[in-house]
Amino acid sequence: MTAMPILFTLVAALTLGAALLVVTTRNLVHAALWLVLALFGVAVFFVLLSAGFLAVAQVVIYIGAIAVLMIFAIMLTRRIARDAGPQVNPNWGWALLITALFFGGLVWMVFQWPGALATQPELNPALDTVQELGKALVSPGAYLIPFEVASVLLLAALIGAIMIAWERK
Amino acid sequence: MFLAILPELSILLVGLVILFLDMILPKERGNTLGWVAAVGLFLLIAVNLLVARPGSEPRLVWGGMLRHDWMGFVFKMMFMFSAAITSLFIMEVNRIGKNGEFYLLMLASTLGMCLMASASDLIMLYLAIETTSIPLYVLAGFLKHDDKSTEAGFKYLLFGAMTSAIMLYGLSLLYGFAGTTNLYALVASFGEQQISDVVLFGSLLLVLVGFGFKISVVPLHFWAPDVYEGAPTPVAGFLSTASKAAGFAVLLRVLMIAFPNLIPYWGAVIAALSTATMTLGNLLALTQKNIKRLLAYSSIAHAGYALIGLVAVSTLGITSVVFYLVVYIVTNLAAFGAVAALGRVAGSDEVAAYAGLSRRSPWLALAMLVAFLSLAGMPPFGGFVVKFVVFAAAVQADMIWLAVVGVLNSIIGLYYYLTVLKVVYLYRSEDEEKPLPIPGSYQLAIIVLAIGIVVLGTVLAPWFSLTSGAAQAIF
Repeated sequence: MTAMPILFTLVAALTLGAALLVVTTRNLVHAALWLVLALFGVAVFFVLLSAGFLAVAQVVIYIGAIAVLMIFAIMLTRRIARDAGPQVNPNWGWALLITALFFGGLVWMVFQWPGALATQPELNPALDTVQELGKALVSPGAYLIPFEVASVLLLAALIGAIMIAWERK
Repeated sequence: MFLAILPELSILLVGLVILFLDMILPKERGNTLGWVAAVGLFLLIAVNLLVARPGSEPRLVWGGMLRHDWMGFVFKMMFMFSAAITSLFIMEVNRIGKNGEFYLLMLASTLGMCLMASASDLIMLYLAIETTSIPLYVLAGFLKHDDKSTEAGFKYLLFGAMTSAIMLYGLSLLYGFAGTTNLYALVASFGEQQISDVVLFGSLLLVLVGFGFKISVVPLHFWAPDVYEGAPTPVAGFLSTASKAAGFAVLLRVLMIAFPNLIPYWGAVIAALSTATMTLGNLLALTQKNIKRLLAYSSIAHAGYALIGLVAVSTLGITSVVFYLVVYIVTNLAAFGAVAALGRVAGSDEVAAYAGLSRRSPWLALAMLVAFLSLAGMPPFGGFVVKFVVFAAAVQADMIWLAVVGVLNSIIGLYYYLTVLKVVYLYRSEDEEKPLPIPGSYQLAIIVLAIGIVVLGTVLAPWFSLTSGAAQAIF
């Protein structure tokens, strides 16, 4: 199992690097493409955690739909593809310091936990994770209420988005 | 099982009826939608009070996602009440009151708050908080052509997204350590896995960032004044009451149920937050010229007072927090209602615009007097009783210094509330002869709230036993 930590570190570096480029590059189309890479890195994490369905969902929804939609939106909108304004404000040094302290604290904290260095237990291969997930989502003894609430939330978000974007008359 | 979610189902029903009516009603519809929302909610509160009361034994329902207990029930009724009152206020606001979308978003948010109050699972909790917040971002920025409102919505969104991400990180760490998401199973699981206090406390701090944002404690209060100022006034009232109370409901449950072993740690953190929140809120309120900003800082200070009860960590302490919130919701809705009533005519929210109000509309001035004196903690209004109970809880828990800080802060608070009342009652203005028309829905809502403030402050026993029952049902 020594391959796992190495693989994880590589994917993490790739994801974070791509995410950093999303916010630093000045070209919006490039930013969108880097975003696709970062989202793909997250999908790989799901695979490493044996969450196959989530990995597929991540690729199909985030990369297949959202990122592509974003790229279309950028290309169809005139004059926003290049951003000329300054990218940082005068407080960036403080922000960096606080972030670094925060990150250091978190790393220190997690390593106080004995499980931090444990190897990932094997999943029972006989278990059909997709089936179990599907059952859990619609069973009243499990996640039925969160599942239904998510649909209310999506409806509200949809109506809210239309409200903001739609110009009447 | 369905009785446990009857309040949520009722809210959903009202929302769907409004969505349908919005589609079929003609353009000249008057205030039908607002009345449907308000009357529907009031009727359904009555139905819920009759049918959906939890039994004496709290039960975990829907696979441990929700807990059917008095704590959740009291809060749910308060949220439905605030949504109904907010509908009464919003229906007369230009460009908003006739929009079905507004009511639907407000109801979706109320539904999220109800779930927050009874959630007993981390996943449910997170989803409930998001269901509450996301519609509120849109509501704060509802006036798209008003720069301040847009700014309010955007600022609220950015703060909310940031704090919610930090909170989610904390929640995921807690799940990783415990291997379970059920709040009531977390303690046992932490014990079994022998998770050290440092690790748990660190994760708890991350989670507290999200909760602290919802109840706007210092140092997570920066959004409140700007958002309250820019948002439509009834929305600001809704934000400062229902949304804040929902944050407190979650805070109480999570801290008392999942982290009883860390009381010395989080007790100290909450005591510090409470002191900072009260003091800073009150001091900054002193210099405000805009009444909505003043009420925003005052509402920050009130979150600090309510936290005193939590620091006491006792049944009386939790009772005092719940009681405080019940009174605070009624009082602050009245204050924002009065501000909305004047603001829609005067077109200004500056304190100076209140000069001569007692001559233009003595009844509105009286309602402001009642609301502001209750906020200041004067007898015979509700605000006095709850401050008394909160300070009593602190004294009982040997936190006398905190009670002293609270009393000193109340005195500062009294000063700026009275300054506004001085403008209302003593200052003259040239507009005194101009009539101040107050729509029927405002009159109804303000009368209900003013009576509520007086009743909460004079007839104590039923409210105290109700909230103390809620406090005991949490465990």
